[in-house]
Amino acid sequence: MAAPWLSLRLVAPMWNGTRGIHRLGGAVVPEGNQKKERTMLQFLTDHFYDVEALRGYLLQREMSKVHLKNRSFTWLEEQHGPYSAGAFFILKQGGAVKFRDKEWIRPDKYGHFSPEFWNFREVPVEAVDASDCEINYEGLDNLLLLKELQSLSLQRCPHVDDWCLSRLYPLADSLQELSLAGCPRVSERGLACLYHLQNLRRLDISDLPAVSNPGLTQILVEEMLPNCQVVGVNWAEGLKLGPEEQPQDPASPVPA
Amino acid sequence: MIRRVLLHGLGRGLLTRRPGTRRGGFSLDWDGKVSEIKKKIKSILPGTPRDLLPDTSHLPPEHSDVVIVGGGVLGLSVAYWLKKLENRQGGMRVLVVERDHTYSQASTGLSVGGICQQFSLPENIQLSLFSASFLRNINEYLAVTNAPPLDLQFNPSGYLLLASEKDAAAMESNVKVQKQEGAKVCLMSPDQLRNKFPWINTEGVALASYGMENEGWFDPWCLLHGLRQKLASMGVFFCQGEVTRFVTSSQCMLTTNDEMVTLKSIHEVHVKMDHSLEYQPVECAIVINAAGAWSAQIAALAGIGKGPPGTLQGTKLPVEPRKRYVYVWHCPQGPGLETPLVADTSGAYFRREGLGSNYLGGRSPTEEEEPDPANLEVDHDFFQEKVWPHLALRVPAFETLKVQTAWAGYYDYNTFDQNGVVGPHPLVVNMYFATGFSGHGLQQAPGVGRAVAEMILEGSFQTIDLSPFLFNRFYLGEKTQENNIM
Repeated sequence: MAAPWLSLRLVAPMWNGTRGIHRLGGAVVPEGNQKKERTMLQFLTDHFYDVEALRGYLLQREMSKVHLKNRSFTWLEEQHGPYSAGAFFILKQGGAVKFRDKEWIRPDKYGHFSPEFWNFREVPVEAVDASDCEINYEGLDNLLLLKELQSLSLQRCPHVDDWCLSRLYPLADSLQELSLAGCPRVSERGLACLYHLQNLRRLDISDLPAVSNPGLTQILVEEMLPNCQVVGVNWAEGLKLGPEEQPQDPASPVPA
Repeated sequence: MIRRVLLHGLGRGLLTRRPGTRRGGFSLDWDGKVSEIKKKIKSILPGTPRDLLPDTSHLPPEHSDVVIVGGGVLGLSVAYWLKKLENRQGGMRVLVVERDHTYSQASTGLSVGGICQQFSLPENIQLSLFSASFLRNINEYLAVTNAPPLDLQFNPSGYLLLASEKDAAAMESNVKVQKQEGAKVCLMSPDQLRNKFPWINTEGVALASYGMENEGWFDPWCLLHGLRQKLASMGVFFCQGEVTRFVTSSQCMLTTNDEMVTLKSIHEVHVKMDHSLEYQPVECAIVINAAGAWSAQIAALAGIGKGPPGTLQGTKLPVEPRKRYVYVWHCPQGPGLETPLVADTSGAYFRREGLGSNYLGGRSPTEEEEPDPANLEVDHDFFQEKVWPHLALRVPAFETLKVQTAWAGYYDYNTFDQNGVVGPHPLVVNMYFATGFSGHGLQQAPGVGRAVAEMILEGSFQTIDLSPFLFNRFYLGEKTQENNIM
């Protein structure tokens, strides 16, 4: 059993470590201070069973919190119709919803939103802004209830990955605008699934850290979706400079 | 430490003896005395003191509850589920014996890494669906504290199977079964196919089935590495060695029809080390045969198949290694990013590899063309004559391509009905099989591992019923045939 005084000190650095479920996608983490805390934590995990068990338990708790947020609301579909059920899911996650011919409904900073949308049984949802929401693969069940969605924004969603993108094809008829900017887990393999969304007119794939070659990916996606304006990456980014344009910096390594 | 104790004890003995044996007082040459004492010990004791505690870290433990023969993805999957489903933490000691830790000939590493649900048997579809959900949530299943999360490099691009006129009806009924089991597959006519994928030449294609979700390909090494890491953290023992002998004990019993049956049970496994005659007998309760292409040899060691042909004792395990080639080529004008894994009517298949217009593929040879499985040499003429013409016919852009590299790997081919063997043997009561998947082992491994673990721990299949895959069918002659094998 680890000494009792240790458990008190461990709580503070522990939270920094396990908040890292958002960092599972490999997003850039500030080095330095993080690194020192991380090696201390690693050392303790390797030498104390209690620390390892506690870290495992905290990680499981984070994961079950995400599962809870993404539970199925399809039972609401019978009572209030698919559009209201899907809108409720998005609003509960912290995103914003726009019904056709109505204003954007956003939750305030306490998470409360106006219940007027329960009355919009027949009004389809046109646009969803799910930025920074913790939607994952299971939660897409609820999002896919919104059959006539035209604009979807999944910016900076930490759990949206390639598997989730492969599920978006039912929205192919209506979806015209999709934004995936800043999603840490989306890679070029998931972007290949967007081929099904032939009605897409605007696609934002800027700032995707998991994409290995952004410039080449941009070109391939543009080829794949000829009617779509693909935004976000400057294709010249990945190119190497020619010999006459070399920087005159003696410290830089000799290029291939 | 023992050396120090001996030295200390002997030293004191000599000191006490000295006034009696020698005239004169103490001399202060202590270092000299110590080296004299060391020399005396070396002459008295046989061998150097190092032999008192020989290094056995490369040997497996002397007792183990479960011994898994074969450390590929199937063996590791069984080990994982055994440890996950055991009722008490640390309740079972599991040992994985793998002959080659570099996995140079193992089917897992050399595999193309595809996963698809387009089978005709409901059990296969369910296994594949479960495996897809396992891979999707791999960081929850295989989470290890302090280790970075796994990136399987999964491409969700799907499988596109093409059928000619004569296979179209079978494909339609297959797709119906697949949709019933919950796979997201859709049928496409040649016109729809041309619209969707303009680079396909639909000549000779009557129907196509396209998997939209949970299908694609991934990196098998990552899965292997993740499983090994997780198993090491769960306390599974690994050993590099070869199983050379099973020591069995038999019991004669009477059936209800008053027939004599000899039931065997393996109680010891001899694991021989590499490049030496040293072996370790491991006492065990259960043996799992997950040796892939070499499963038949392991089964023969246990006496499976040694008997008059036509009887249950004489039924061998019909799994043999079959060599398959995979070729990688570069084609700059080839199909784009959205290309699924396309399986042609002729059996040739290909898929994209990476962002740089590279593709890989191959074709299963017919029975007459089967290459010799003695080694993993690649036959490049096979590509020229048997694979390229079909690819060029189906995708005109592939008329100009350049082969970059190729490799060969083994299928653990089940010559009886090309489907896996899962579950216990009726006569050797504690040997369980998890092999013979004929090219689908990787994609069905998580589901099969769970099924075998349930069989061992609960006594029957709990989640997916794999009774059509038991060993008995080889004796009874009931084939569980699968229609699409690539």
